[in-house]
Amino acid sequence: MNKQSYDLVVVGGGPAGLAAAQEAYDQGVRDILIMERDFELGGILQQCIHNGFGLHFFGEELTGPEYAQRFMEKVAERGIDIKLDTMVLEVTPDKKVYAVNSKEGMLEIDAKAVVMAMGCRERTREAIGIPGSRVAGVFSAGTAQRYINMEGYMPGKKVVILGSGDIGLIMARRMHLEGAEVEAVLELLPFSGGLTRNIVQCLDDFDIPLRLSQTVTRIHGKERLEGVSVAKVDKNLKPIPGSEYYIECDTLLLSVGLIPENELSVAAGIELASVTGGPIVNECRETNINGIFACGNVLHVHDLVDYVTEESKLAGKAAALYLQDKIVKRDKEINIIAGDNIGYIVPHKITEKIEERKRVDLYMRGKRPMENAQILVMDGDKKLFAKKERFVKPAEMISIPLPEKMIEQLEGSTVEVKIVEGGE
Amino acid sequence: MTNKTEVLIIGGGVVGTFIARELSRYKLDITLIEKGTDVCVGTSKSNTALIHAGFNADSNKLKGKLNVRGNELFRTKVQKELEVPIEWIGALVVAQDEAGIPQLEEILENGKRNKVPDLEIVKGERLFELEPNLNKNSVAALYAPTAGIVNPFELTVALANNAVKNGAEVILEAEVTDIEDKGDYKLVKTSKGNIEAKLVINAAGVYADKIAQMVGIKDFKITPRRGEYYLYDKILDIKVNHTIFQLPNKVSKGIVVTPTDEDNLLIGPSAEEIEDKDDLSNTREGLDQVIAGAKKTIPDLTTRGVIKEFAGLRAAIKETGDFLIEASDKVKGFINVAGIQSPGLASSPAIAEMVVGIVKEELPGLEEKDDFDPYEQEIPKFRHMSHKQRMKLIEKDSNYGEIICRCESITKGEILDAIRQPVGARTVNAIKRRVRPGAGRCQGGFCGPKVVEILSEELGIPKTEVKLEKDNSKILVEKTKESLQKEVTDNE
Ligand SMILES: Cc1cc2nc3c(=O)[nH]c(=O)nc-3n(C[C@H](O)[C@H](O)[C@H](O)COP(=O)(O)OP(=O)(O)OC[C@H]3O[C@@H](n4cnc5c(N)ncnc54)[C@H](O)[C@@H]3O)c2cc1C
Ligand SMILES: Cc1cc2nc3c(=O)[nH]c(=O)nc-3n(C[C@H](O)[C@H](O)[C@H](O)COP(=O)(O)OP(=O)(O)OC[C@H]3O[C@@H](n4cnc5c(N)ncnc54)[C@H](O)[C@@H]3O)c2cc1C
Repeated sequence: MNKQSYDLVVVGGGPAGLAAAQEAYDQGVRDILIMERDFELGGILQQCIHNGFGLHFFGEELTGPEYAQRFMEKVAERGIDIKLDTMVLEVTPDKKVYAVNSKEGMLEIDAKAVVMAMGCRERTREAIGIPGSRVAGVFSAGTAQRYINMEGYMPGKKVVILGSGDIGLIMARRMHLEGAEVEAVLELLPFSGGLTRNIVQCLDDFDIPLRLSQTVTRIHGKERLEGVSVAKVDKNLKPIPGSEYYIECDTLLLSVGLIPENELSVAAGIELASVTGGPIVNECRETNINGIFACGNVLHVHDLVDYVTEESKLAGKAAALYLQDKIVKRDKEINIIAGDNIGYIVPHKITEKIEERKRVDLYMRGKRPMENAQILVMDGDKKLFAKKERFVKPAEMISIPLPEKMIEQLEGSTVEVKIVEGGE
Repeated sequence: MTNKTEVLIIGGGVVGTFIARELSRYKLDITLIEKGTDVCVGTSKSNTALIHAGFNADSNKLKGKLNVRGNELFRTKVQKELEVPIEWIGALVVAQDEAGIPQLEEILENGKRNKVPDLEIVKGERLFELEPNLNKNSVAALYAPTAGIVNPFELTVALANNAVKNGAEVILEAEVTDIEDKGDYKLVKTSKGNIEAKLVINAAGVYADKIAQMVGIKDFKITPRRGEYYLYDKILDIKVNHTIFQLPNKVSKGIVVTPTDEDNLLIGPSAEEIEDKDDLSNTREGLDQVIAGAKKTIPDLTTRGVIKEFAGLRAAIKETGDFLIEASDKVKGFINVAGIQSPGLASSPAIAEMVVGIVKEELPGLEEKDDFDPYEQEIPKFRHMSHKQRMKLIEKDSNYGEIICRCESITKGEILDAIRQPVGARTVNAIKRRVRPGAGRCQGGFCGPKVVEILSEELGIPKTEVKLEKDNSKILVEKTKESLQKEVTDNE
């Protein structure tokens, strides 16, 4: 066994891992290793060749690879160690990291702190259980994106897309621009799961129909896909008998959700939250295991990489403070509670005192689309403050800053956030 | 071009490959032909994978006798010769009320008549010790410790490889389209040319009636009966230790809940007679039946954690409900191995043994080879190894240090082995059956493109020629901009 040791091991070299590593370095940690199973850094961004990345963080519109490049350069400038083509197989609760690559063989790395940044995977046709035949021509949207953008191959010519999340929308435009016919984007829910700008720029601009409250009920074909049956769904999302119609197509792309990739975390003894599928963390993005942090899509699915970067810097900084033994616990733990109309909030609790910190940002998603809403932040029964939001969409993450002063003056041990419609 | 062979086996399922492998012990010219792009593409790839103990099988029927013998052969020979995952996990038949106990006792008696060893009825605490997640309303169960599970893909592929190693020939993508009886030989017409054979063995699964009809045998019909399944992620928090059946009632034979050899939970099958011999599609109704039936056994099950649905077709001769294994008395030199429905997999070693007996009668004076090699090694399984074993493996060949499938930890070395074996994988699904990339929770979302690339490199074909399974199941249609470029040149 090839044994090595590092102060900080970062698992995953996507935008989350890169930002965490860079920030930890800038906070004084020198002995850092990034482990990435792909042949290059950058994560999922490398296949997102469209623009729209970096508006918040850099104030300009970059493509995915350009955004990744900026962080790859920062990591390179700092001389941070990188192992590519290296698969992490196991992380133990006492922070031994087992990995494998074809050059060094089996690796056992003793780490003092670990940042988990493995990203997420796509939900599959099998996971949502669409009946019919198991033919070629059914792809998850991300896989199709990889084939087209990275490998230069078309997975099909006549396409139906199920799911109006961002990847589905982006792929509708991509397939169209590559000369395929995109018959429709179907969405089970009565609203789209994608960003408004993507609906406009990816569908409306190309006259690709978005059909809400519809789903694929059957996949047809013997060898390659020949068509799909589509039906309208009722309020309970069940297909309405008699509403079925047939679309001829050779390709079905699925954009039906992302799942944080936490098999390594579970094996390490990290507790997960059931709603996000990611670890339960405090405001430093530290998990229940001291010295193991999580950030990016492995923690919760982000729609904007800019937020991934911000979150990962927090994790990287906290890992540095942990290594320098500078973390001081608060006397009182504060639990963050997702109240009415809120799907989830990250972080799940506030437990540390960090010098010079001005605020803790709470990231959350609304459960359903709402208009003229108010976000209420509560200290027990007492209202701390309210923020008006003209539109709330589950697809778009909301961030609410909680000033440090306010945290210090909390009476209770919980902060609840809820959304109400209309004024008071 | 016409090929000649002494014995021609039609069908590369577990039955055909087992017969080929057993016959390859003898000094004989053997050819197995299969219409699919791989062996194990028919019923043998989609079933419950149980080596039944034999308590259920009617001892008056052929399938009853062969099941018990098959189970014994799996224990005494197969698992010693072929390195294939087989686990003797035992089975339970559960009764959910006192009224069911006499029925359990009847099955127990039948099992004893079949000479199934160690059967007992377990009740109360003991039952829940064996199976903690069992529905709390279960009162008793028949416990059969000799029941097992097997990996049917690895078994069938190992049999095919072993047959080839011992001199048999396996021809894939050759569909038998007609057979002419020429007296002392049969002229078998296939999509890859004609083959002259002294003896033809019909092991064509659901198509066995069609093959028999080609030589004028019309006295049996195969009615496909579809069974559907759900397969769960390994990391599902609900586990069972045994294969669990419900007591059969008039309405339903019950849905089985069992672990697979890779420790995924498998539930199914439903039962539905259909016409189309190729219709392996899943239906809402079938799948709903499966989950409802499984919930009777394990109430906590939902579809959460499902990673795969699939379906298989039982090749049933409805009239007899039994296997039909005989040399035809009408057509000399033609052996039917038909109606091999469940427990065909469990019986397969005994079916092969019986067919060898028939072949010996048809071709008297058959001699055994001195150099028959019964052993077949498995492809290394990185995922099941200790770190030390892994290290050694990678030292031997660094391809075992490159993980291709992240869900199942499958290495490039394993995939190359799957392609390079005697009956090597030619399609994405063939690789998955042999070494499992894409068999996990992401179902090939990540590794699919890499597997396509490896296949294209190894087979020396463009990526656009790589198939999922059958001929027309190509995964990629063209290079990007290819049709755009065509338009440009067309306009010039
Ligand atoms: C199709 C698509 C379109 C998008 N469009 C936009 C957009 O327009 N604008 C925008 O701002 N954001 C967009 N995003 C979101 C943004 O790109 C992601 O949120 C971001 O890439 C997540 O970063 P991450 O580092 O958490 O995960 P990833 O980028 O997924 O990185 C995780 C890395 O970890 C590695 N890894 C995983 N497991 C292991 C292991 N066991 N060992 C070693 N390495 C491992 C992976 O190989 C990967 O490189 C899009 C995302 C997708 C998928
Ligand atoms: C739902 C279900 C559950 C089952 N569960 C169990 C179980 O738990 N335990 C058990 O013991 N048994 C079980 N069985 C039964 C078992 O799977 C079968 O008995 C066994 O797989 C039959 O193997 P085979 O080789 O006869 O058929 P197949 O595997 O179907 O092989 C026949 C082959 O012939 C080929 N072929 C057909 N026509 C032609 C042609 N014209 N030219 C060339 N090739 C041709 C086909 O492509 C196919 O590959 C189950 C079956 C089903 C459907």
